[in-house]
Amino acid sequence: MSNCNCCCSQDNKYFDKLEAILKNYAGNEADLIPILQDIQAAYGYLPKDVLNKMCEKTGMYPTEVMGVATFYSQFRLVPTGEHVIKVCFGTACHVNGSEKVADALADELKVKIGETTEDGKFTLETVACLGCCSLAPVMMIDEETHGRLTPDSARNIIRDYYATGRA
Amino acid sequence: MENQYKVVVGLGSCGIAAGGLKVMEAIKTKLATMPVQVKLDETGCMGMCYKEVLVEIINPDGKNYIYGNVTPDKVDQIFESHIGQGKPVTDLIVKGQDLATTEDSFFAKQQRIVLRRCGKINPESIEEAMAMDAYKAIEKALKTMTPEQVIEEMLASGLRGRGGAGFPTGMKWKFAAASKGPKKYIICNADEGDPGAFMDRSVLEGDPHALLEGMMIGGYAIGADEAYIYARAEYPIAIKRLKIAIKAAEEKGLLGKNILGTGFNFKIKIKEGAGAFVCGEETALISSIEGKRGMPRIRPPFPAQSGLFRKPTNINNVETYANVAYIILNGAESYNKYGTEKSKGTKVFALAGKIARGGLVEVPMGVPLKDIIYEIGGGTSSGKPFKAVQMGGPSGGCIPANLLDTIIDYDSLNKTGAIMGSGGMIVMDEDNCMVDIARYFLSFTQSESCGKCTFCKIGTNRMLEILTRLTQGEGREGDIERLEELSDQIKRNALCGLGQTAPNPVLTTLKYFRHEYEAHIKDKKCPAKQCRPLIKYHILEDKCIGCTACSRVCPVKAISGEPKKVHSIDSSICSKCGACKEKCRFGAIEID
Repeated sequence: MSNCNCCCSQDNKYFDKLEAILKNYAGNEADLIPILQDIQAAYGYLPKDVLNKMCEKTGMYPTEVMGVATFYSQFRLVPTGEHVIKVCFGTACHVNGSEKVADALADELKVKIGETTEDGKFTLETVACLGCCSLAPVMMIDEETHGRLTPDSARNIIRDYYATGRA
Repeated sequence: MENQYKVVVGLGSCGIAAGGLKVMEAIKTKLATMPVQVKLDETGCMGMCYKEVLVEIINPDGKNYIYGNVTPDKVDQIFESHIGQGKPVTDLIVKGQDLATTEDSFFAKQQRIVLRRCGKINPESIEEAMAMDAYKAIEKALKTMTPEQVIEEMLASGLRGRGGAGFPTGMKWKFAAASKGPKKYIICNADEGDPGAFMDRSVLEGDPHALLEGMMIGGYAIGADEAYIYARAEYPIAIKRLKIAIKAAEEKGLLGKNILGTGFNFKIKIKEGAGAFVCGEETALISSIEGKRGMPRIRPPFPAQSGLFRKPTNINNVETYANVAYIILNGAESYNKYGTEKSKGTKVFALAGKIARGGLVEVPMGVPLKDIIYEIGGGTSSGKPFKAVQMGGPSGGCIPANLLDTIIDYDSLNKTGAIMGSGGMIVMDEDNCMVDIARYFLSFTQSESCGKCTFCKIGTNRMLEILTRLTQGEGREGDIERLEELSDQIKRNALCGLGQTAPNPVLTTLKYFRHEYEAHIKDKKCPAKQCRPLIKYHILEDKCIGCTACSRVCPVKAISGEPKKVHSIDSSICSKCGACKEKCRFGAIEID
């Protein structure tokens, strides 16, 4: 219970989601990445206490789990803001000015890349490539893709989130 | 069913990103108000990404028309006229039967083998794929060919791996087939990690059955009964459609036990990657499927002898497998009639960057680069002079304008210092700084280096430091030589392809654009006027009318001036974001 940082104040409920995930796997080494992906989908990131519990249940070593969790860029060890912005830094976006877009967003949100806004609404990240190169420069906010951006239009999209109460 | 209109909306990732789902909704709403019966369907990438959203209308007599740049507010007009009155809206059509459009040259030089069904079928319908020959090749292989004959056919076809290195596919299969053992694996590398490449994604989204069938034929040839598709987690639509395709194939008895009554068993699983470029390297990919950090192993043993779970394994990428069924069904000659002596068949390219008509193109090997860039791609999007095309992503290089006669062929491209690569083709115009491009790729490889080999881990870091300081105006005498020395060391001493090829973007830009490096170091100038610390914005007095637009948009309040009077930029405050230049309608802002 000591490490539980959720709102339920009940140890067993906090770990329910983990238990449900582990039921789908035999707990082999080869299952580690899919298990981590499921944990992240359920908790939004990889909480340390959940990982510890997972090791207890499966017999995997925490060092091994952390080795994998820190190797792959998909995994997060800290929670994100309400919305995650991923500015594409693929080559097509780069040659079309994605850095300026990212700078404008960082300025608008008053964060650096990788950080979350003070109000907890947005996390600003970059991504290697979203594969919609013909719409470059591109960013994704949660599941929605915004293409053919300019620094100005990117700022407006954020302002629109606040103006329409989505953030 | 035949005597009605059919409407197909392109819903690949690009189409969706461009607003395809909203167009789909608008069409549904519109059709509900019309008295005619229309079959509404979706498809994957049609190739003309630059014209997304694309909507195809097929008349009851079979004539088909593709509308481009469709937005929800154009739906009413298109449907009233085309379906309501039988009059296609020719202004909005980008490709149509019996109708010449300015876009026809986009398709004229293309030859579609890998993309034979992309953009033509609903990727979520196995029936539509089967109506266009899907799973006929595996039936032919299982019922009329021995595994040896399949491999012979693949060798005769001349198909080489489309992931980049170009190893003959038939040879790879022969080695895996020769390995003894009851358990073998087939793996598809669908971890398309090159930034700026989306060929594999388009195949997965547009025709997942082409991949599944190719893998099955590979499994039959080498004696494997189990397969994995290692797919990028950033491709959620591709993964969803693959899952649907696998399930549909299982329900039809095309996957599973005793396939088509021949005793052949084959199952395919999907493994979602977790984001690591190095997993495009086959031994790193295997480690990742095994649940470990994706770090390459020393070869030999090659995966053909000891791969996944130490069993003989054959790995090819998506495009390679997508060729296989065509070859087996139509024979090696119908494939190797395309191409050059040592590079047979076709190659898919993702044409992007500063190109007028970006999209997914498939051309026969042997086509000159300039045909792809000018005839298919329509030249630069900015109208400014073409400077270079980057091929092969972080492992490849930049090919300059004077080498555009180079043909698409593994060996010809290697001679330029670039590589065929998986098919990313990024076009750059004179505004792109080549030192910055080199820095961009090194920052990518440096952060994606797995950390196993010192030369790659530390060497790429040192190269990135030098390139970064060049773009910041802090270049030193001897930096070019240091870059060359590091490049040589890393190429010779890194274990895997990531490290061995990481210096290529630097080496090719040094080879063709050395003067740009020198200008950064000696003159502290960026000839492309892109590297911010080396440039200065200023306002042209004779052009500024004092509209104040620039000063209002400046995020750091560096621009001052009264309305209707010439403004000025305080370069000690200016962050060089370029917002003012973009905003100015009078061309009054210039970069030095």
